[in-house]
Amino acid sequence: MAEPILRTQSLGISFGGLKAAQDVNITIEKNQIYGLIGPNGAGKTTIFNLLTGVYKPTTGTFFLDGEEICGLSQEKINHKGIARTFQNIRLFNNMSVIRNVMVGLHGQSEYKCSIWDSFFRLPRHFKSEREMRERAKELLRIFDLEEERNGLACNLPYGKQRKLEIARALATGPKLLLLDEPAAGMNPHETEDLQKTIRFIRDEFDMTILLIEHDMKFVADLCDKITVLNFGTVLAEGDTKETLRHPEVVRAYIGG
Amino acid sequence: MKTKSKSFDMKHYINYIVIGIFTLVFGIFSLAGGHLSNSMVFLFEKIAISIILAVSLSLVVGFLGELSLGHAGFMCVGAYLGGKVACLLEPMLGNTAANLLVGLAVGGICAAVCGVIIGIPALRLRGDYLAIVTLAFGEIVKSIFQNTSDESFGGALGLTTPRYDKKYLFIFAFVLVIITLIIVQNFIRSKHGRAVTAIRDNEIAARATGINVTKYKLIAFTLSAFFAGIAGVLYSFSNYTVQSVKFGYNYSIEILVMVVLGGMGSINGAIISAALITFLNTKLATVLTGDLAVLQNLLYAIILILIVIYNNAPKLKSFRAKYNIRNLMSKIIKPKNDPSKRKDDDAKWDVVPTKIEMNEILSIDVKPQKLGSDKKEGGDK
Amino acid sequence: MELILSTVINGLSLGGIYAMIALGYTMVYGIAKMLNFAHGDIIMVGGYVIYVFMAFHNPLLAILMAVVFCVILGVVIEKVAYKPLRGASPLAVLITAIGISYLLQSLAQIIFGSANKMVTVYDFGSVTFLGATVQVSALVTLGVTVIVMAALTLFVKYTRIGRAMIAVSEDKGAAQLMGINVDGIITVTFAIGSALAALAGLFYLLKAPSISSTLGAMPGIKAFTAAVIGGIGSIPGAMLGGLLLGIVECISYKITVIAPYTDAIEFSILIIILLVRPTGFLGKKRREKV
Repeated sequence: MAEPILRTQSLGISFGGLKAAQDVNITIEKNQIYGLIGPNGAGKTTIFNLLTGVYKPTTGTFFLDGEEICGLSQEKINHKGIARTFQNIRLFNNMSVIRNVMVGLHGQSEYKCSIWDSFFRLPRHFKSEREMRERAKELLRIFDLEEERNGLACNLPYGKQRKLEIARALATGPKLLLLDEPAAGMNPHETEDLQKTIRFIRDEFDMTILLIEHDMKFVADLCDKITVLNFGTVLAEGDTKETLRHPEVVRAYIGG
Repeated sequence: MKTKSKSFDMKHYINYIVIGIFTLVFGIFSLAGGHLSNSMVFLFEKIAISIILAVSLSLVVGFLGELSLGHAGFMCVGAYLGGKVACLLEPMLGNTAANLLVGLAVGGICAAVCGVIIGIPALRLRGDYLAIVTLAFGEIVKSIFQNTSDESFGGALGLTTPRYDKKYLFIFAFVLVIITLIIVQNFIRSKHGRAVTAIRDNEIAARATGINVTKYKLIAFTLSAFFAGIAGVLYSFSNYTVQSVKFGYNYSIEILVMVVLGGMGSINGAIISAALITFLNTKLATVLTGDLAVLQNLLYAIILILIVIYNNAPKLKSFRAKYNIRNLMSKIIKPKNDPSKRKDDDAKWDVVPTKIEMNEILSIDVKPQKLGSDKKEGGDK
Repeated sequence: MELILSTVINGLSLGGIYAMIALGYTMVYGIAKMLNFAHGDIIMVGGYVIYVFMAFHNPLLAILMAVVFCVILGVVIEKVAYKPLRGASPLAVLITAIGISYLLQSLAQIIFGSANKMVTVYDFGSVTFLGATVQVSALVTLGVTVIVMAALTLFVKYTRIGRAMIAVSEDKGAAQLMGINVDGIITVTFAIGSALAALAGLFYLLKAPSISSTLGAMPGIKAFTAAVIGGIGSIPGAMLGGLLLGIVECISYKITVIAPYTDAIEFSILIIILLVRPTGFLGKKRREKV
């Protein structure tokens, strides 16, 4: 069997005495859409922060495509192939839409252009700039943002800001895409649209996606597998439909 | 081959052209034997130095969004070391352009090295700390050069540097201004500059997007220090003597005023306000003497406070949107800048905002707008 | 021995002044999350107010007026210049603070001229103690500092307003939701900081009876250094950093070889501390929220 894209090994972190995540084992196979759900404060975003290097885990480690990348800096982890979006959108608000995506393309090796190339405007500068712009436009086209590409990112409506954030994450050329509540604040129509986009991303980019979401319908429709967290520990995991019916999971959500 | 609209976009080259023409006119006039008064030539040199300083500081304050209060310190390093090297080389090279160039290179590089040394610890910290560390750096440099022995750097009396021919120095200075502009603007209008502005806009997102934040902060900071050093060397050639007292905290603030007055993030603004302030300083210095000289500082302080509050106060936002110069202008002149009609490559670099709105790291984030509110974004940029 | 003793006492006294100023920085930084660059110049204003009211030859009146005037000034500055910028970028606030500092200095110079003014508030004389001659004013400074520091610690710990201050410094938003008047607390903080600065101004005049418009600039910067060394946001940290810096400065002045480099040494300590321990000795580490 092929190496899973992501494998975490008893990942855990504690802040002072608080164990925000404890002994979390997640295995994600290639091309899966994997859901991470749980009540508020269950440690979902903490897991994202661990996987992207914002926090260093106190226990355990994780592997991307068989390579241990735990402990690297945020940008190194991104270069290795994990990209993310944020729960509260974090765009480069004062930059145009297309430049947001071009920042995402920054680290890709095919657009290499040293700082001296830029200082002295050597041919490589123009070549890489042109190629980056073309690539960014392609990405924006996928997300239906091409029209707005020259406007400021902060002027986009909310749903489009979410899309732009995903486009920017994709631009970094990840193997694994982490989406933190992508459907938050969207109306049903937009949510449906988003589902299609996420599937499209998986097929078109041969992508593996890990997402956090509170909208259970969204998760049930979209995810192949899920892990349910509660108080920083794994409550249940496995096939989406079955896991959602798991009595422990129902109890954690409904209480009792 | 190259993108068509690029090579003809006047907007990006207007500052080179203006300064270029200015240099050519006065340069040819001076070389052809025309008489420029000493005070005028000196003013030109001062303006050139100020522009280099303001443009380089604007890179850190306007584009990186960090506050450096030690710009005069880097200038001081450049002035002393570049000037000293020129002194040492004078017997060999004489007072030639070669000597000047070597001095410039040494001064610039030494300042850049200091930039790296200071930048590595300071740039890991939050903005306020950087301000205080750079301030500390400026004071350290000042005090070190002040206490040197007479034969090394002249101590409190100052270092005497070679007298360079006044006829040529201002031409050199303006050529250096153009070179500074080319390098700084090319840097800003490249993927590297884009990374720097991304860091300013949202550092957390920039990290997550794979930008090496420390590296780019350091590059911007070092580049800025390098040009401050260059300006320092020019200063030493222009003034014949370098005294460390001149490069105190107040000078750093004066440069900061130039950048803020010009609109943070606007290179052309920095150029204009640097030239203007330097000119006014020189003129006012003849009018306001003695205790009145302080009126000038008072004026700068008030201008600085008013501009920053006006540009940044959250409550004045709607007021600003209503009465900003762009909008008022567009009522008089037909707007050409409608974003929806923009050509493809048009939005490349010019959308650097004139004010900084960093997402403070701990601040509350973008609030979800009302669902489905299709805000039209035409015309508010 | 005598030299060491007098140096240490002078160092502690100078350190007390630094600690006093550093407290103002640290409290404002902790609560309003801003570096109040103009804080040092409040010292200078305090000094000038004392100078003016010493015309009545009543030290207590002069001191009282200095404190009152500085408190009003601090609050006015906060309301006029910093409050409109709440929620704006930290850079904007910082630049405004620098502008205010400049403004105060130039105003003082316009009003009082650039020449130094001499004023003797009170001559305590000196005592000889274990063979060392020490200015009594140094001991007074040290004593007052310790008392103020203790009072402030108790105030923050045990009064309603003090606890509200802690709450605001921890989380402004949550404090507001708990019904704390955040604006009011920030005003109180500025008032306390300015009162301390006025006292610092007094101590400077006791130490050397001469005053100019730039009196506060250098001590201000050094006190901020002290606050950072001790850990910004921490009251004992300000005390510790201040005393440390004062002693280093006095010792450095006594050693001829390095005396001219004293300022450079102090600032180098700052840079080294920030390099090794960015939160200072007693500062708490803050986690970035992602």
